[in-house]
Amino acid sequence: MDYSQFLVMYQEIGLLVLILLVFLFDTFSSKEAPRGLSMFTVVLFGLLTLAGFVTPCCKEVASAFGGMYVTSPTMVAIKNVLNIGVFIVLIQAKGWAHSEFMRVRRGEFYELLLITLFGMYLMISARHFLLFIIGLETASLPLAALVAFDKNRYESHEAAVKYMLTAVFSSAIFMMGLSFVYALAGTLYFSDIAASVIDGGAMLIVAVAFVIAGMGFKLSLVPFHLWTADVYQGAPTSITSYLSVISKGAAAFAFFVIMVQVFGPFYNQIWEWMLYALIILTITVGNLFALRQKNLKRFLAFSSISQAGYIMLGVIAGSAQGLGSLIYYILVYIFSNLAAFGVIQSIESKTGRVDMDSYNNLYSTNPKLAFTMMLAMFSLAGIPPFAGFFSKFFIFSTAVASGSVALYILVLIALINTIISLYYYLLVVKAMFINNQEDCVIAPFKSSVSDRLGMWICVAGIILAGIVSCIYNGIVNTSVHNPEYIFTIFAN
Amino acid sequence: MDKLSVICYIIPSMIMFCCGVYGFITRKNMIAILISLELMLNAVDINFVVFNRFLFPGQLEGMMFTLFAIAIAAAETALAIAIIVNVFRAVKNVDVSDLNKLKL
Repeated sequence: MDYSQFLVMYQEIGLLVLILLVFLFDTFSSKEAPRGLSMFTVVLFGLLTLAGFVTPCCKEVASAFGGMYVTSPTMVAIKNVLNIGVFIVLIQAKGWAHSEFMRVRRGEFYELLLITLFGMYLMISARHFLLFIIGLETASLPLAALVAFDKNRYESHEAAVKYMLTAVFSSAIFMMGLSFVYALAGTLYFSDIAASVIDGGAMLIVAVAFVIAGMGFKLSLVPFHLWTADVYQGAPTSITSYLSVISKGAAAFAFFVIMVQVFGPFYNQIWEWMLYALIILTITVGNLFALRQKNLKRFLAFSSISQAGYIMLGVIAGSAQGLGSLIYYILVYIFSNLAAFGVIQSIESKTGRVDMDSYNNLYSTNPKLAFTMMLAMFSLAGIPPFAGFFSKFFIFSTAVASGSVALYILVLIALINTIISLYYYLLVVKAMFINNQEDCVIAPFKSSVSDRLGMWICVAGIILAGIVSCIYNGIVNTSVHNPEYIFTIFAN
Repeated sequence: MDKLSVICYIIPSMIMFCCGVYGFITRKNMIAILISLELMLNAVDINFVVFNRFLFPGQLEGMMFTLFAIAIAAAETALAIAIIVNVFRAVKNVDVSDLNKLKL
């Protein structure tokens, strides 16, 4: 056996080594001074993130396990983007990890979190449905345990039950779709399925619908979104921020690869219209429900539902440009959403409040937090100088690049929804800056160093990711010049 | 063996799958919901084995997928049971209609 094929999995292997080191550190460190673990994890993970950028990454496609696992510059790029997000989440979770409740549980928290990231790596790189399912479950099962982590709080239990049951339900539906695909193609390799299914008829339509439904649960697209708000509200805030950006980003990328590489030849016949309807529903319903939320975690849940709809515009574009814009959108979304969650988490840990009314007049007591939150909201809404505008711009322009009238209408609907979303994002800003008839219930406080560091990184990302154009160019170049041939749609 | 065709196996497995979906939606007891989920997952396993055996007898891909799917289903059930036990400790009940505190 040729062991050198493992070298192409250097990111996965690095992460596995990191998980083992965290595990050993947690096991053998003295119980009297257990505070070193979070610093140890954050520093090592930061080094891993840097290593992802500086390693002489493979310029061509490399595969392992007989083609089940594939890596290419695009895969390295999306993994680096996820690494950045996880790094920020780990920094922001430091305050929570140092609470008294977490004293004996800190190690489990970090191990479970990093194992879910390992599962997402596998999901992204999988080119065979068996490996994909293993990655999907490795990503979603430890997350259910993490949602249930805060076992003194009732909300955490309720959220965990809802997350777990919908996760199993969705993977059962997904696997049912796979069994139909297998019956039609006789193989589970992505590329072989696309080559061997010529005309599936009704069975293929059912299979595609089941696969979209199964992934739709993971991405919280609209008919399948009902778990999202409850889980986001009930889970510990660090886990909520992880769920809303990292797991959604990985699932969106994997969804792109499945739809384009496996079902690409049936784009016009079958799934363009399914996805079309889903996108309209997702963006609109997410926005309309976000309007009436008072709890900020539920509010960001519905906001993340409508953002998932925008991300899906990259999938319906189905081109290399669309893939690059999707990765860029995820990067910007990571910065903006984590900035918002950083503020929420910082205030929740000091005062225990997550409702919008207690943010009234926040500017008078905590101006820096209010300013960070404002930048995050502007970026999520897509106001020009900030990164959110550029990510929306690029994803809209790639969606209409094929020139079909239907996609123009879709982008028009998305644009109208952007304007609706401005209303509720600005409600938060208005509460913080303009509602100053009563005193703010949140007393002035100084955030911990780790919280501030996390927010500084996010703010820098919000401001720079849009203006520094080489970031977008770099990401799109990896996917446009990607030698891996996954784009079958526009081949003819 | 040639008396039984694929359809004789697929119809029961699809009935099983639909029963699972029906049970998932209508049942109130969390253990019953978990059993419904198991029905759905097992229907998937039957499908894979049957398609492998009858349509593509020369290979083992479907069988392998089934083996992994069984292991994954076991892991899912174990975790779900653990979460349900936690809920039982918190509310002394396993009825999903009692889990409705997370609202506006």
